[in-house]
Amino acid sequence: MSATLPTPGPSASAVVPALEVRDLVVRYGRAPGRLRRRASAPAVDGVDLVLAPGRTVGLVGESGSGKSTIAKAVLGLQAVSDGTVTFRGQDLTSASARERRAVAADLRVVFQDPYSSLNPTRTIGDTLAEPLRLQGLGAAQARERAVEVLEQVGLPGEVVDRYPGQFSGGQRQRVAIARALVCRPEVVVLDEPVSALDLSTQAQVLNLLADLRDEHGYSFLFVAHDLGVVRFLSDDVVVLYRGRVMESGPAEEVTQRPRHPYTQALVAASPVPRPGEQAERRLARERLGVGSASTASADPAGCPFASRCPLATDTCSTERPALRLLGEAQVSCHHAS
Amino acid sequence: MTSPTDQRPDLPAATPVPPAPGAQAMPVPPPPEQVRRVPRGPRLAALRRPGPAIGLTWLLLVLAASLTSPLWLPYGTAEQDLARRFEGPSADHWLGTDDLGRDLLTRIVAAAGVALTASLVTVLVALVIAVPLALAAAERGPRVERWTSRVSEVLLALPATIIMLAVIGVIGVRTYWIMAVLGVLISAAVYRVLLGVAQSVRQRLYVDAARVDGLRSWMVNARHVLPGMASVVAVQAAQLFGVAILIQSGLAFIGFGPADPEPSWGGMIAVASRYVYTAPWMMVPTGVVLALTVIAANAVADGIAAHAASVSGHASSGRRSGRVTLLGATHGRADDVRLAVPAGAGTPLLEVEGLRVATTEGPELVTGVSFSVGAGRVVGLVGESGCGKSMTARSLLGLLPTGVRLTQGALRWEGTDLLAGGASADKALRRLRGREIAMISQEPMVALDPMFSVRSQLVAPLRRFRGVSRREAVGLATDLLAQVGIVDAARVLDSYPHQLSGGMAQRVAIALALTGEPRLLVADEPTTALDVTVQAEILSLLRSLVTDTGLSVVIVSHDLGVIADLCDDVNVMYAGEVVESGSCEAVLASPAHPYTAALLEANPHVPEGEALPHRLPSIGGTVPAPAAWTSGCRFAGRCRFATRACAEPLVLTAAPGVPVGAVPDHAVRCVRADDLSLTAAPEEDPR
Repeated sequence: MSATLPTPGPSASAVVPALEVRDLVVRYGRAPGRLRRRASAPAVDGVDLVLAPGRTVGLVGESGSGKSTIAKAVLGLQAVSDGTVTFRGQDLTSASARERRAVAADLRVVFQDPYSSLNPTRTIGDTLAEPLRLQGLGAAQARERAVEVLEQVGLPGEVVDRYPGQFSGGQRQRVAIARALVCRPEVVVLDEPVSALDLSTQAQVLNLLADLRDEHGYSFLFVAHDLGVVRFLSDDVVVLYRGRVMESGPAEEVTQRPRHPYTQALVAASPVPRPGEQAERRLARERLGVGSASTASADPAGCPFASRCPLATDTCSTERPALRLLGEAQVSCHHAS
Repeated sequence: MTSPTDQRPDLPAATPVPPAPGAQAMPVPPPPEQVRRVPRGPRLAALRRPGPAIGLTWLLLVLAASLTSPLWLPYGTAEQDLARRFEGPSADHWLGTDDLGRDLLTRIVAAAGVALTASLVTVLVALVIAVPLALAAAERGPRVERWTSRVSEVLLALPATIIMLAVIGVIGVRTYWIMAVLGVLISAAVYRVLLGVAQSVRQRLYVDAARVDGLRSWMVNARHVLPGMASVVAVQAAQLFGVAILIQSGLAFIGFGPADPEPSWGGMIAVASRYVYTAPWMMVPTGVVLALTVIAANAVADGIAAHAASVSGHASSGRRSGRVTLLGATHGRADDVRLAVPAGAGTPLLEVEGLRVATTEGPELVTGVSFSVGAGRVVGLVGESGCGKSMTARSLLGLLPTGVRLTQGALRWEGTDLLAGGASADKALRRLRGREIAMISQEPMVALDPMFSVRSQLVAPLRRFRGVSRREAVGLATDLLAQVGIVDAARVLDSYPHQLSGGMAQRVAIALALTGEPRLLVADEPTTALDVTVQAEILSLLRSLVTDTGLSVVIVSHDLGVIADLCDDVNVMYAGEVVESGSCEAVLASPAHPYTAALLEANPHVPEGEALPHRLPSIGGTVPAPAAWTSGCRFAGRCRFATRACAEPLVLTAAPGVPVGAVPDHAVRCVRADDLSLTAAPEEDPR
């Protein structure tokens, strides 16, 4: 896959990107150097993405597509096997713990599970103050800022002294967002922040994220599996399958006019709450003829999606497709048009 | 690089930022007092129960008495009175005397100090070795863990008694050193236990979040990992303490304790055992004190363990907990309108009427739910979490969780009331469970036993339900797997659950549910944990089972898209009751209840070709807790159309649009249903 292709759209302007990932490869399992030949297939395989200041890039794909692994690699929670992660022009790929700490206030995260992402033995205030205290802020100032940011995310400031056990899932996710925003970061990695929430709470949290971004200019790297949600919050979308980019481009383009058969399958599979329309979508999905996820087999030489793809030919199993520009989107497919 | 605070002078700014426009202030529950106190000191809270409290008091009392003994004990430990040997309790010698006429109370109390502190040394040495190793192994992963675990295995394989005797041979009877060696030997076992705990705590996302915060590694361990392990460490320490006292006494008993006249519990029991026939009393005081001390240590351990269990139990069921007493929840909803029996008339397969489910302590979780399932029909239960839809589904199988039971209502299976005559739901449904009614759940791995292959898990129920031979059962199992869309049935039959992907596991779980040839399948969020593509496949599979075999399905989901895809009829649940009910088409296309309409609007999957709204219409607030449910409209607090009339008790009525006098096929529980037009484009939220 070409490492030089920029992500299209306005994000590819001349400004220094808030976050840039180039040719990222992540392998789980054995440490590099030992028995390298028998290493398993990479969880992330040559992914590029660019996040411009104030923009949101959505990462979507089935489970095992590597979307959360990319998020972890960006945060330094997962070792990178190859490629680079650049934050505001600074290479973080093999940053030391000290270098990581220096950017910790500007590169933040919200995790999926609001229940395990807050330490039950610490008050909301303790949790929110922790990153501030690490930045050298005094206890009183940290508390003041914690109250302020809680109000920003729509919680009364007096909850600083409470424990997470007293809050509902949606409220906990607001606290988790407050923790991400408490140091006024530049980039926030949102790792499926609404997947564990009820529909109504999900809408509240999505609105909150959109408001905060529009008001404060945060950049979001938004990992999700629901294309409707991704379309709502993202400017650009990167569609992943087995660690590779299948399609990327402006959110409207990718979700409304998907070109890669895999993206088409993802779009067709998400059900809509209107029985008539859903029945049509179901038929359309069946007509697509995309193979079941359980029958997929990986062929390292060719397109990873070939075994499920209705368009697949011999070329697809032998030759790895490069990303090419189709309309406004980049598509990694020999046959898409 | 300079400190980030230098670069951002705005950071400590004190000016409050106004809340973001879309961020409605959320109602937050008032702080229950006990929750404030619990997490800080789990050990202290644990000791408020009588058993552990008495245990701890005993230990402290013995220790204090021993340390202060020179001040108040009337006799010296070696003070002999050969005229008064082998005496029982008396005013001079409260616990009697030993073979040399020495006061037993004095000697027991004097020996306690060494007994307790030396055991404490064992505990401390074991923990000082085991805790850091467990933390390091959990943090550094397999590379470090491989070595620490091998070393611990070697330690575990050593014969501890022989080593201790050898140590005594070398250094002599130096109790504290010997007990320290015991601590080293025992640390391997403690490490094994703590490693598992440390690894599971490290899985929690708040540990990752702290690492992202930039917290140093030892701080992450000290602040986030260790507190999560505290209960287990405390339990281990308390148990270990008891074990150490026993081992120490055992060594003294066989002669490796302090030399006479220095007292030790084990040595005193050894002497007493010599005179057990002539002076049996001598054994009693020391034996009882030793036994009580060990029991006390174990009682403390039990207390900590029980407390830890209750805290984690509370955390996991936190969303549903409520300790307020039962409201006068007798408001009748018997006047609810009856819906027309759906197509394929005749007696429905299952009729649920006035179903009520309550916790044993009080709050009702389901208050009067009625619906019916015809043969070959798919009925959906939809709503937010905390609305009682899973409880309703589970009560159809008599599989309610502990502490929750079906209190009222009728379950009619082909016209026969299963609960008639006060039969318990569990007993009545046992006959049907598996054979007539089967269930699949959100987490297919829960339905599958990780210890057995798919083959044996399918064959056993097939033989039981269908009375066939093993060979026939294997054939049927292969057919079943083919029926649920598994292509390579032979390979899957030989697989174990952990070798299956989520979608495959759910297919196997469905095959397992079909072994008894049920006529009703209860599916509790069957696709929530799956990818959208796999979800679509599972929904297609369920649909084909319905059309091909005439199976009926009750499906619980929070996703209206799933409901729209699969269901014939739908019941929208809110706060323990059905607020709207009818054909899927009618309810989703022309919702009559503001809650249904709001759920539809909050869905980001807008009709094809339509632009997404700038902000999603959302419902402010959360579902009220069961204890706060009223007889009026329970949605009123979050409803933008609420008026004073909404506080009045209300029943399901025919939805607007249903012809007057006809048996309705669409019902709604809303006093304003007739004046609202909810199908119009979403209005601007007035708030």
